[in-house]
Amino acid sequence: MSKIKIEAENLKLFYGDFQALKNINLTMKEKEVTALIGLSGCGKSTFLRCLNRMNDIIPNCHVEGKLTFEGEDIYHPDCDVVALRKKVGMVFQAPNPFPKTVYENVAYAPKLHGTKDRASLDEIVETSLKQAALWDEVKDRLHKPALGLSGGQQQRLCIARALAIKPEVLLMDEPTSALDPISTLKIEELIRELKQHYTIIIVTHNMQQAARVSDRTAFFLVGDLVEVDDTEVIFTNPKDQRTEDYITGRFG
Amino acid sequence: MSSNQDNVAFSSNQENAEEPGDKQKKLLKNSSRRRKAWDIFEKLSEGVLFVSAFLGVITVILIFLFLFKEAVPLFLDPLSAPTLTAKNWYPISNPHIFGLWPLIAGSLIVTFGAILISVPLGIGAAIYLSMVASPKVREILKPTIEVLAGIPSVVLGFFGLVVLAPWIKDFFGLSTGLTALTGSITLALMALPTITSISEDAISSVPRKYMEASLSMGATRWQAIVTVIVPAALSGITASVMLGIGRAIGETMTVLMVTGNAAIIPGTMLEPVRTMTATIAAEMGEVARGSEHYHALFVVGVVLFLMTFAVNYIADLVSRRMKEVE
Repeated sequence: MSKIKIEAENLKLFYGDFQALKNINLTMKEKEVTALIGLSGCGKSTFLRCLNRMNDIIPNCHVEGKLTFEGEDIYHPDCDVVALRKKVGMVFQAPNPFPKTVYENVAYAPKLHGTKDRASLDEIVETSLKQAALWDEVKDRLHKPALGLSGGQQQRLCIARALAIKPEVLLMDEPTSALDPISTLKIEELIRELKQHYTIIIVTHNMQQAARVSDRTAFFLVGDLVEVDDTEVIFTNPKDQRTEDYITGRFG
Repeated sequence: MSSNQDNVAFSSNQENAEEPGDKQKKLLKNSSRRRKAWDIFEKLSEGVLFVSAFLGVITVILIFLFLFKEAVPLFLDPLSAPTLTAKNWYPISNPHIFGLWPLIAGSLIVTFGAILISVPLGIGAAIYLSMVASPKVREILKPTIEVLAGIPSVVLGFFGLVVLAPWIKDFFGLSTGLTALTGSITLALMALPTITSISEDAISSVPRKYMEASLSMGATRWQAIVTVIVPAALSGITASVMLGIGRAIGETMTVLMVTGNAAIIPGTMLEPVRTMTATIAAEMGEVARGSEHYHALFVVGVVLFLMTFAVNYIADLVSRRMKEVE
């Protein structure tokens, strides 16, 4: 059994007076893909954004309970958010490459964190793009604007950009919701490839996608974690009636 | 323009009303007549728009031709033409010396000083307003800064003359407070609201997703602003700076009032200077039409025109190049 990477204990999150997450208990193990499924507005993305403290930038948002990364409390006042985010990379719902060149996008974070030397940057860019299965498509246009790429390529570029900080965990917030089926397929293949090296947590509305790529699946409903289990169990033999209703499409 | 449109619309209505007949036919006939009216209307509007677009271009060309026509006689004058490169501007001595260098140097030093002051201040204010200030503070500060743009230049000149010049005189222990620096500061005040306001718009319109992406990779808020937000807004910021500079170079009244108007090549910012604009404004009223001096002032005008043209052209090139990356 692989070791626990991230663990939430009685995690609660409030936007002002509104409680968006109610007592979440969830463990995510190393080099596993965990899928978070559920209706829109049920708190999956909110939960995901707790894991690298991206909710910090939302005013009036506060968190109770415990959330640990490798045993360290990430909401402890002394927690170094920058160090946390270097270990926990994120890919957003809509591709959001910077208005810079392909190369500059991937080299952005390494440069930010102090890698100046050209040869090492070149190497990081190449490996990251290869890991994101984009290298062959962009190797001749590394110094062209990233916004000239197609949507699917842009999203893979964002994955490469997140990988360039050499994270241990990759958070993906509906990474294929803005993409066509072929690009989606490529990204799913990529996720299966990446899980050999990374712990991945993915929010998705697409249940086939959750079934295809994840090892474990967690079902959220209005701020509650209803059920979490091995993906196979969730999709074939859920314990909770509400989970069954949702995955069979009798819900919403 | 509008009366043309009205006429077309009016006549087409009339025709529709006057033609009774078979229902099917009427519909066809009317629609074709209507269509004709629309065709005419569209051709007319296109024409009107074409003329308005070209009017601007033609005006610029005509102004340049006029300037140039009035400047040419000086270049052809064997006595005056060689003096254009002299180091002195003595337009009413005998013989005349129309050395442009003191005036060009005056304009450049005052403008350069103004840029040095207003660009960092303006961009700093823009970053503060768009990224740091709370919405409440921004709602108060931005309109206040924009009011600065509405102050007539003569009022700023008055302020420079009465308040700023004595300060500068005392602070640096000079014999006069009317210096290039005084001009630079007042001009900077004029350029500041343009730079701040347009830069703030440019920075605020950078999509929020860039900030999120940068933070998610472990950037601090400040690093995200410097490495992503400001570069993404750079074409807008450049445009604001160029507009500010354009205003500073062409500004006449304030510099006429506060720079001391001594047509000498300045050694430092703390000496009186005379700009090209101030020279034209001060001397054109008293010059004999058609004299060498009159033509010399037009030469100054041509130089000024070419300089502002160059600034605008460079601004255009820069912002276009930046857009390519986006």
